[in-house]
Amino acid sequence: MSGIPHDHYEPKSGGEKWLHKRLPIVSLMYDALMLPTPKNLNWMWIFGIVLMFCLVMQIITGVLLAMHYTPHVDFAFASVEHIMRNVNGGWALRYIHQNGASLFFIAVYMHIFRGLYYGSYKAPREVTWIIGMLIYVLMMGTAFMGYVLPWGQMSFWGATVITGLFGAIPFIGEGIQTWLLGGPAVDNATLNRFLSLHFLLPFVILGLVIVHIWAFHTTGNNNPTGVEVRRTSKKEAEADTLPFWPYFVIKDLFALAVILVVFFAIVGFIPNFLGHPDNYIEANALATPAHIVPEWYFLPFYAILRAFDGEVWVVIAADFLTGGIVDAKFFGVIAMFGAIVVMALAPWLDTSSVRSGRYRPMFKLWFAIFIVNFFVLTWVGARPAEGIYPYIALIGSAYWFAYFLVILPMLGVIEKPLPQPQTIEEDFNDHYGKDYGSSGGTAAAKPTPAE
Amino acid sequence: MSHADDNSSTRRDFLYYAAGGVGAVTVGAGVWPLVNSMNPSADVQAASQLRVDISGVDIGTQLTVLFLGKPVFVRHRTPEEIAAANAVPVEDLVDPIARNPNLEGDQPATDINRTINDFNGENTEEWLVMIGVCTHLGCVPIGDGAGDFGGWFCPCHGSHYDSAGRIRRGPAPENLHIPMVEFVDETTILLG
Repeated sequence: MSGIPHDHYEPKSGGEKWLHKRLPIVSLMYDALMLPTPKNLNWMWIFGIVLMFCLVMQIITGVLLAMHYTPHVDFAFASVEHIMRNVNGGWALRYIHQNGASLFFIAVYMHIFRGLYYGSYKAPREVTWIIGMLIYVLMMGTAFMGYVLPWGQMSFWGATVITGLFGAIPFIGEGIQTWLLGGPAVDNATLNRFLSLHFLLPFVILGLVIVHIWAFHTTGNNNPTGVEVRRTSKKEAEADTLPFWPYFVIKDLFALAVILVVFFAIVGFIPNFLGHPDNYIEANALATPAHIVPEWYFLPFYAILRAFDGEVWVVIAADFLTGGIVDAKFFGVIAMFGAIVVMALAPWLDTSSVRSGRYRPMFKLWFAIFIVNFFVLTWVGARPAEGIYPYIALIGSAYWFAYFLVILPMLGVIEKPLPQPQTIEEDFNDHYGKDYGSSGGTAAAKPTPAE
Repeated sequence: MSHADDNSSTRRDFLYYAAGGVGAVTVGAGVWPLVNSMNPSADVQAASQLRVDISGVDIGTQLTVLFLGKPVFVRHRTPEEIAAANAVPVEDLVDPIARNPNLEGDQPATDINRTINDFNGENTEEWLVMIGVCTHLGCVPIGDGAGDFGGWFCPCHGSHYDSAGRIRRGPAPENLHIPMVEFVDETTILLG
């Protein structure tokens, strides 16, 4: 599939040949599983499997939880407690599902940042990147609606604040908000439709995951050097790659096992560490919690939403230029969604011809600041919007946009990249020594001095 | 083949656009009921009104009632609060519009335009009735003189409202909205 020369499935027995003529499904699975994979992939490439595992785990535990949950404002909160106390193993199902969402987001952030550092979004993998961003947005929608279902105080007020974002759209916002909620405020209609969508969207994500995998199986994986696998001959391709099964599957499963040790320690010993205690108070439309915070994985974007208040000059300028249509509230909403849009546009904003950050000395520094900034935004998103915090949030938000809109386009012009290895095989041998690379041996025939 | 070429291609174009147009209308007509099913249902929409007994609301206290899924604040204000609200010139307000649907058009956000007439038709500026939903993102502000302007304070993103429920500082763009409201006897108000 990938255009990398490799052995294809050959049906051998009569039965295999019979099926292959009618439906080449075994061939499809064989080629997907035996995909030639760059042999220099490092530990940052394990998160695809972790994410796939998370999705399946969330679907299975979610389907089981839905068998015991009641989507009604009068019963939802109690039915979650019923799951915790009465359902056999219900506490485990719920805590796995609840913390599974956090593991899912940790893995997706690692996966995204790996792509940003090693330039996985660059040509020819733009479509993979865009589909990945769509999956990420759907994940956020799914997680948000799932958080509403227990019908605690944070559920209710989180839903009120986030659906209020749509109310900020000029002219049509109020109509859209009412349509989303199914009434003038968050109520039973909202809870019901959120359950329906929370159940549906994971399967949409699953469909997109298949397209995501299809896309990068067509282009081949990126790798830490950013150098393409040689496709000129099967011999050269085999010197650069190893089949996905068993080499990478086993490596990924080992990493997954280590991650799951930590995950189940959290599920078992501190299951509510990442949650908010206020969500164990039943929803009350008459009392807002003193301090509404979204789940941790939304905090960077929540910080961006709050950063642009009416005292920031760009907001005042936008308000003036649009004749008041883009007010502070709408500006914050645009900024929050814009933060994801600029990230999705990275393939076209990054002008550097060098793919991997490993060979980009200036990029490394700005990328490190980007990562630190992500943690700063996460931290400040959980702080109250007063004192010094809005200024920190504003600086952090400005850097987020500057990174994609100014730094990435500029670096490609002013940066002098370091020399890259000629081939993946060369990089691999530099790292592990010649013995491991003896199967292909094309580098030995054409030695290139290592830089 | 008796027709000229251009003639037949025009017929084809017409059929193409007609079929496409009919298809689009059919899809639209099919999708709209599905989309509309998510709009508020009849029981939610049913015009609803609420009578509130305010005989127990003494000066300096506040009653919160749930109306159409949202809290409504009924505040019996003290002379100090009225004086504080009147001391602010309308030009200094973030939102100079009264946001009061009981008045015609967009009236200036003076204190008298924010409060309601009592049963005798006289506005003593004592009664302030507002929808208790922050105009920023819909949280319920904390009342009883909270915030830096002696009125309400929204804990979510730090919007400060004064003693007439007008936005003074913070991200909220508008004054707290006032519902349709009137006195129906000495001690009862009718919402909606």
